[in-house]
Amino acid sequence: MTSRGLDQQSQGQVRSFGVPVSARPTVSLPVSAPCRWGGCAAPANRVPGSLPRSEIRPIETLGVEALADGPRWLRPCNAGADVDLSAHQSPGPGVDRLNTSIMLGRTLREVSAALKHGQITPTELCQKCLSLIKKTKFLNAYITVSEEVALKQAEESEKRYKQGQSLGDLDGIPVAVKDNFSTSGIETTCASNMLKGYIPPYNATVVQKLLDQGALLMGKTNLDEFAMGSGSTDGVFGAVKNPWSYSKQHREKRPLKPCGDGDGDEDSSWLIAGGSSGGSAAAVAALTCFAALGSDTGGSTRNPAAHCGLVGFKPSYGLVSRHGLIPLVNSMDVPGILTRCVDDTAIVLGILAGHDPKDSTTVQDPVKPFVLPNLTDVSKLCIGIPKEYLVPELSGEVRSLWSQAADLFESQGAKVIEVSLPHTLYSIVCYHVLCTSEVASNMARFDGLQYGHRSAISVSTEAMYAATRREGFNDVVRGRILSGNFFLLKENYENYFIKAQKVRRLIVNDFLNVFNSGVDVLLTPTTLSEAVPYAEFIKEDNRTRSAQDDIFTQAVNMAGLPAVSIPVALSKQGLPVGLQLIGRAFCDQQLLTIAKWFEKQVQFPIIQLQEFMDDYSSVLDNQKLTSVSLQQ
Amino acid sequence: MAAPILRRGFPGGRWALVWIHGGCRHRNGAPTGPTHGSTRGRSSVAQQSLQTAQKPRKGEHKWETVVGLEVHAQISSNSKLFSGSKVCFAAPPNSLVSFFDASLPGTLPVLNRRCVEAAVMTGLALNCRINKKSLFDRKHYFYADLPAGYQITQQRLPIAAQGSLKYSICTGQRRSQMVTKTVRIKQIQLEQDSGKSLHDDLRCQTLVDLNRAGVGLLEVVLEPDLCCGEEAATVVRELQLILQALGASQANMAEGQLRVDANISVHHPGEPLGVRTEVKNLNSIRFLAKAIDYEIQRQISELENGGEILNETRSFDHKLGCTVPMRDKEGEQDYRFMPEPNLPPLVLYDTSCLPAGADPQQVINIDRIRDSLPELPSVTRDRLVGEYGMLPEHSFVLLNEVGLLEFFQNVMKETRAEPKKVTNWVLNTFLGYLKQQNLAVSESPVTPSALAELLNLLDRKVISSSAAKQVFGELCKAEGKTATQIVSEQRLELMQDREELERLCHATMDEHPQVVMDMKGGNPRAINKLIGLVRRASLSRADPTVIKEILERKLSP
Repeated sequence: MTSRGLDQQSQGQVRSFGVPVSARPTVSLPVSAPCRWGGCAAPANRVPGSLPRSEIRPIETLGVEALADGPRWLRPCNAGADVDLSAHQSPGPGVDRLNTSIMLGRTLREVSAALKHGQITPTELCQKCLSLIKKTKFLNAYITVSEEVALKQAEESEKRYKQGQSLGDLDGIPVAVKDNFSTSGIETTCASNMLKGYIPPYNATVVQKLLDQGALLMGKTNLDEFAMGSGSTDGVFGAVKNPWSYSKQHREKRPLKPCGDGDGDEDSSWLIAGGSSGGSAAAVAALTCFAALGSDTGGSTRNPAAHCGLVGFKPSYGLVSRHGLIPLVNSMDVPGILTRCVDDTAIVLGILAGHDPKDSTTVQDPVKPFVLPNLTDVSKLCIGIPKEYLVPELSGEVRSLWSQAADLFESQGAKVIEVSLPHTLYSIVCYHVLCTSEVASNMARFDGLQYGHRSAISVSTEAMYAATRREGFNDVVRGRILSGNFFLLKENYENYFIKAQKVRRLIVNDFLNVFNSGVDVLLTPTTLSEAVPYAEFIKEDNRTRSAQDDIFTQAVNMAGLPAVSIPVALSKQGLPVGLQLIGRAFCDQQLLTIAKWFEKQVQFPIIQLQEFMDDYSSVLDNQKLTSVSLQQ
Repeated sequence: MAAPILRRGFPGGRWALVWIHGGCRHRNGAPTGPTHGSTRGRSSVAQQSLQTAQKPRKGEHKWETVVGLEVHAQISSNSKLFSGSKVCFAAPPNSLVSFFDASLPGTLPVLNRRCVEAAVMTGLALNCRINKKSLFDRKHYFYADLPAGYQITQQRLPIAAQGSLKYSICTGQRRSQMVTKTVRIKQIQLEQDSGKSLHDDLRCQTLVDLNRAGVGLLEVVLEPDLCCGEEAATVVRELQLILQALGASQANMAEGQLRVDANISVHHPGEPLGVRTEVKNLNSIRFLAKAIDYEIQRQISELENGGEILNETRSFDHKLGCTVPMRDKEGEQDYRFMPEPNLPPLVLYDTSCLPAGADPQQVINIDRIRDSLPELPSVTRDRLVGEYGMLPEHSFVLLNEVGLLEFFQNVMKETRAEPKKVTNWVLNTFLGYLKQQNLAVSESPVTPSALAELLNLLDRKVISSSAAKQVFGELCKAEGKTATQIVSEQRLELMQDREELERLCHATMDEHPQVVMDMKGGNPRAINKLIGLVRRASLSRADPTVIKEILERKLSP
């Protein structure tokens, strides 16, 4: 039995790990904790109560080498699963050939090892992913599938592997890129009529870096128009569906609507993927690629990561180049990374990070590769719990998991303290002013003259501008342009923009104060609740939704800090819930190291799409779709 | 008169000191556009400005005028302010356009070091305070040749501020007196140039050329310390000379490298300033003076006739010689300024605060730039006055005429003639000839060496000064002959043989006994007549001083 098998057994509910709530007089948490992780290193695969605490402690003394042969529950998330990928295997022909479909559920690191050992070829992997992309087309995760490009890249990658000249960990790895990153020769739409048919002549720096490492670009993923939204529901190509809507875990747990009969219910009950990088999240969650680029301006990477059960990382502002990222808010945008585990994020970050001469806001300091040590001792860590993040709108389940996570850290010896970020309250309204102002400015270039949509109306240049912009932008974008221009008017500038900037400074100082007081990372929820059904989501308008959904993620962008959402558990409805860790500026590696430790403790289960594959494969494709679950 | 003057390389600046040097009055000045004006028309510019500035007509004394300038100078750099595209005048349309220049989404600005250095140099030369931290802003407006919908400029905190510029102007009834004045510099900011829109009215279309889009500009904002077209013209010419001396800008107005907007208002003394108008895009110094003086007169007559002045943007119609409201700038623009989020603050250093171990490529040291500043025009002029005993106004002419100072200095290198004599020859004979022929110094048929050789012959008294003029005339024909060849071919040498000269004198005296009698009778002018007669007999080859000496000796009792 694998760890995953155990996960599956325990999925579908907020897991209680059987350790009674202990009084913690030293820390006053803002949340009550009806259930919690029981302070064990890997609770998921442990029979509750079977391992006394004293047996967990050896993690500190085991060290990394010992881990390889250590107890199963001490192993990293996916290592030691069904297939041994250890470096001693020889890649001889016919030896250890894997069912490629099994590969799709692996982490990037695992599949990279498999490629290196010849257990699978880049072309096989690419074809499998393409096939799955086709089968999951209804998720609407991709706007453009760059099949030809990907196959050609796979072919080249395969040659390199054959010649023993692999470019590194990413060589031959299928990745997806949010459709607001410029890709040379591949349409880049921002999910807007304005850029339909726009084919950039250059690659965004981050895209180029991935390609330079031999990654296979599977396609461009869906988003809210110009990344303005938190559901991936407001793009011109339609909403993204959350793959977990179709997971076994959710289907077994979701409440059935009284009047709905099975099939008729399918279309209305699906869940949003979160946003705005919902396409990227859905693409990784549906196992169609191993990593995806999102962008994060107010939480756009972390939010869909939380909803889709992924690791969603927002690097420090200035660590990763924005060149080629079609901007939302230049002073807050960062490329984000979506993967299935923290180590994978670190691999991708190691490739993306660093100074870019084409982006003057990237830091000059040389960046070292991001290798994450296996943290064995968290006792020197100080975890801050910002009390302002306990809002009434927070769902009980998220609140409970948040509390359990805090307890987990504390039970492992970390110092967990309540901290205050008093100006967080003003973050959303402040963001509204700054965001719309920059949007108004950034969108000025879309006038139909140089590229993109141009209206047929040509009475005058002004009429053409107006018609082009009316036809090209949706209501959300136009609304933000209008507000932004209002805030930037001479008579309003002082009262809105300048004030918002001052508030932004206060928000930044809040974080600085907390980190200066000795806190290493902040632990917060990522979202208010698990993903909601589309039908419910669209009851509120985009602005209200964005304001609600950004509350835990947005202040981080104001301050340019690194933050990561880690999937921690499945809700009662069998849907992922993520928690966020926020680090000091440019302490991305420290943040990810802690995240990796945390990830290992919580043992989040892999998505089980087998059921839906069985259901849909006959509809979508006669070819039998092989299992994408690791369960055998 | 052979006319149109679509000539390269010649800014209107040639005209800047027309009042000082009489010979300049008849220059054909206008460097741009299809010029149809006659010499008379052009001269009247100066006269008009004189009238406005110096001789107000009856009733005008009660008006005071306030003129402020914004000067846009294209920075002389290999690449644009924020992109790697080349900067080159008259390249094929849209051949120098990077992705950033075309504002492709996702592109970001990267500041050009050279442009920053040019701005710092200019700031130092204009006695500005250099801001060690300056910021970039976006200025929004929709226009076809502004692809991003905004211009990146420095509105809030410019790179340099609070400077001053000295300039000299001729006053007095005969305009022979030079007065030095100062105009304050408000600020110098770095900003992007726009592209060019070409309107094809025939086909009802607008063509856009983005070659110029994103080229670095220095916007020099002057305080409104000026009062007439002449002052404005002189200031702009001085600024042009400074920019050229620094190499910060080629400042060629004909190529649009220097463009001026003028803010003009009139008011009664003691009363608040009047409503101002802005005359945009003045691209020659002559038009600048003309437009300002026209606008002053227009505002005065408008107000005197009970009208009012609108705060508006006007352009100068050089064909009609008047300013007209600009149609496309109706209504007040709100530029919705916003900090440019993609450019961190621009930080400069001086030697006292250089960061340790910083990459020299990333650091600009103000002190190092100050130490390497070239000689500025005012210093050059002082040096000319001190070194060669030249009149100050002559030093102005030498600098104002493009290439003339270099020509003068090259002549000086090769001749032993007196500096005063060389100055005289260069400014009168040489420059007079060029102006008469409507030529630039660079187009002169006479090289500095040729003139130096001629002046050497004169200095060694091989030829007389009248013969020298004759030789100069021959040199101008550019037949490839040297001065020495011309002198010998045309037998223009002064008679060196004293005996022969004495015989000539003797013979002349014999032929003109009446003149000799007059002389002996005490008429002082008679000797001059005799000298003239001897010279004529010598075919102008005799040195009048020697003739005089011989005659005086012969006639002395």
